[in-house]
Amino acid sequence: MLTNPGPQKPGFRLSMLINDSRYRSMTIQVVALMGFMLLIAWLINNTIQNLNALGKDVDFSFLGQPASYDINQRLIEYTSRSTHLRASVVGLLNTLLVATMGCVLATVIGVLVGVLRLSKNWLVARLMTVFVEMFRNVPVLLWIVFFMVILIETLPRPRDFRGEDATATMSLWDSVALTNRGIYVPEPLFSNGFGDLSIFGLFDVSLDLFALLAVLGIGIFIARKVRQRALAIQAATGTLPTTWYIRLSLIVVPPVALLTYLGFHLGYPELKGFNFSGGIHMRNSLIALWLALSFYTAAFIAEIVRAGITSVSKGQTEAAYSLGLRPGLTMSLVILPQALRVIIPPLISQFLNLTKNSSLAIAVGYMDVTGTLGGITLNQTGRELETILLLMLCYLFISLSVSAVLNWYNNRVKLVER
Amino acid sequence: MNYRRLMAVAAVAGLVSGVAGAATLDDVKAKGFVQCGVNTGLVGFAAPDADGNWTGFDVDYCRALAAAVFGDAEAVKFTPLTGKTRFTALAAGEIDVLSRNTTWTYSRDVDLKFTFLGINYYDGQGFMTHRSLGVDSALDLDGATICIQTGTTTELNLADFFRANNMSYEPVPIETNAEARELFFAEACDVYTTDRSGLAATRATSEDPDSLVVLPEVVSKEPLGPLVAHGDDQWADIARWVLNALIIAEEKGLTAANVDSMMANTNDPEVARLLGTEGEYGAMVGLSSDWAANAIRATGNYGEIFDRHIGPDTAIGLSRGLNALYTDGGLLYSPPFR
Repeated sequence: MLTNPGPQKPGFRLSMLINDSRYRSMTIQVVALMGFMLLIAWLINNTIQNLNALGKDVDFSFLGQPASYDINQRLIEYTSRSTHLRASVVGLLNTLLVATMGCVLATVIGVLVGVLRLSKNWLVARLMTVFVEMFRNVPVLLWIVFFMVILIETLPRPRDFRGEDATATMSLWDSVALTNRGIYVPEPLFSNGFGDLSIFGLFDVSLDLFALLAVLGIGIFIARKVRQRALAIQAATGTLPTTWYIRLSLIVVPPVALLTYLGFHLGYPELKGFNFSGGIHMRNSLIALWLALSFYTAAFIAEIVRAGITSVSKGQTEAAYSLGLRPGLTMSLVILPQALRVIIPPLISQFLNLTKNSSLAIAVGYMDVTGTLGGITLNQTGRELETILLLMLCYLFISLSVSAVLNWYNNRVKLVER
Repeated sequence: MNYRRLMAVAAVAGLVSGVAGAATLDDVKAKGFVQCGVNTGLVGFAAPDADGNWTGFDVDYCRALAAAVFGDAEAVKFTPLTGKTRFTALAAGEIDVLSRNTTWTYSRDVDLKFTFLGINYYDGQGFMTHRSLGVDSALDLDGATICIQTGTTTELNLADFFRANNMSYEPVPIETNAEARELFFAEACDVYTTDRSGLAATRATSEDPDSLVVLPEVVSKEPLGPLVAHGDDQWADIARWVLNALIIAEEKGLTAANVDSMMANTNDPEVARLLGTEGEYGAMVGLSSDWAANAIRATGNYGEIFDRHIGPDTAIGLSRGLNALYTDGGLLYSPPFR
């Protein structure tokens, strides 16, 4: 029996790498990759050679040496005898602090401005346009310096609060002092608190705060259970039991009881010597940086929010109205869920931008991680390569974390296709 | 090794390209000017005047160096640098010499790999405050807010001084002298601390110098001088001996005005060697024989430079003090020129 051998398989020839369209793109990619690797190899080799020529090596042991400089704003214990590593962590926490505060405020202002810019009120809509154009068209560095200058030049000096003929007085029933060195607000104190918990002997966490958050969390959890049960009853019987006072008291009463037990009171700022002492000192470097970053980023977020809302077709609103939904419910149940899909992805970029822009902090003397690790430590130790690499890793870590969290959220709100 | 390679990949290309291969003197001669790093603006030491020309005590050293190399005091370009950027600029070869109130310390010499050329100003760290605060000693500064330039030795001295005296303070870090002035004059800080020469310059150029007071305490030694990068001894020798020549010139009474007549008729062999009329001293270091004469003719001797920019008759009004010649009870003392 004869079998048909089929068409003869052609042998592989080298010229087919170029001439045969099956292999051509692969060939080009392989060559391009080799060229790219050569470039990188040359860069590495060049760096190593030149570092050797300078007599420098790559060495991270400086991180264990005493830093010998002081940092004004520190969220964890730090003295000039602490190590460079700890100084970097202090800076990193300061970066995270201003980035978090900035992201929250920027989102609030941005959503507000974005919604108001679509207002039917002509004046409000135009004012919001002015806000957006003003803030997003001037470099953020100028805004940071501008806010700083305003704080320094317009607010009274601490010693203006002193004496019989004081020219300045404290605001809000003598509890808040606005000075050109920052704002002093009352601090929460506990007369019989639980004290601090030392984590690995590295830094202390207030147990009071921990307890408060735990109690609050449990309260909210139970309140949600109550709400779910109420909704189940509504689904079964058609009447919704009134539960708001139960839920409210579940959330409010336990923390208040805990605060009373801990002996909660406020510590007010007081003028002593050169400066106010007591209370929480928000330095004007922090305030200027925070406001400038927030307003600048808010201008971009406002545009993103506006784009998101206008991307939802008017038919959706009309359909919701025809079903009898009120405007508020239409916005929260129909428009916003659809708008969020458009808003979230570019919003991630804005949060990342804000975080990275916070590295301009040195312009106003805010000691973020660029100021400590990438500034003073770099300068005093002369380890440019090492500090800059660590700094890049820090920002990479922060940015990827922010992305991860927001991408998770984006996956939750994005359109589910069936 | 892999780890190091990975690290190196990320290295900035600029750091790499900046490393000079050939001798600095040849490079300088090829490009036709000396690139000199100076302060971003400290009147008396380095600041642009009304016409935009850089003038000052540190600037004149660079001009003298340019005159020694090229015979032309204008063959110099200036790079304004902050306390933070100066060392990177010098290490990367962006500048040929750094003349910017820089304190000579062990770690800068040894670990940062710079060659200090000598000391052209003996200084110490001081504190300036507003007279109306009624403070007359640095030991009364507990709790004060203090403006300080980052990236300087003063930052470390300040931490040490307050720690040693068991006092607390609030540091306000700033980048340049101009920013410090703004904060200090608005009383956003009680005290401004830096080298006392810098305090004097800041005070002299304020609107009301009498309202400011420099406290008596000197909390550190700050020997200031020009420096170059490690690795080129010839260039370091040239730069060092330009500074020495200016000091010897004052010792010998050589001035910008009389240097030409002294070249023609001097009986002092050291002066003759310095000015190049005797011996082959210029060729030893790769310069023309009259390099020192060119430098002195361009800027005058050390004393003339001092008096012109920061001396008692200027607004800065610094007395010579430790910076007088050793023959006048100061510390200035150049090795002999032979």
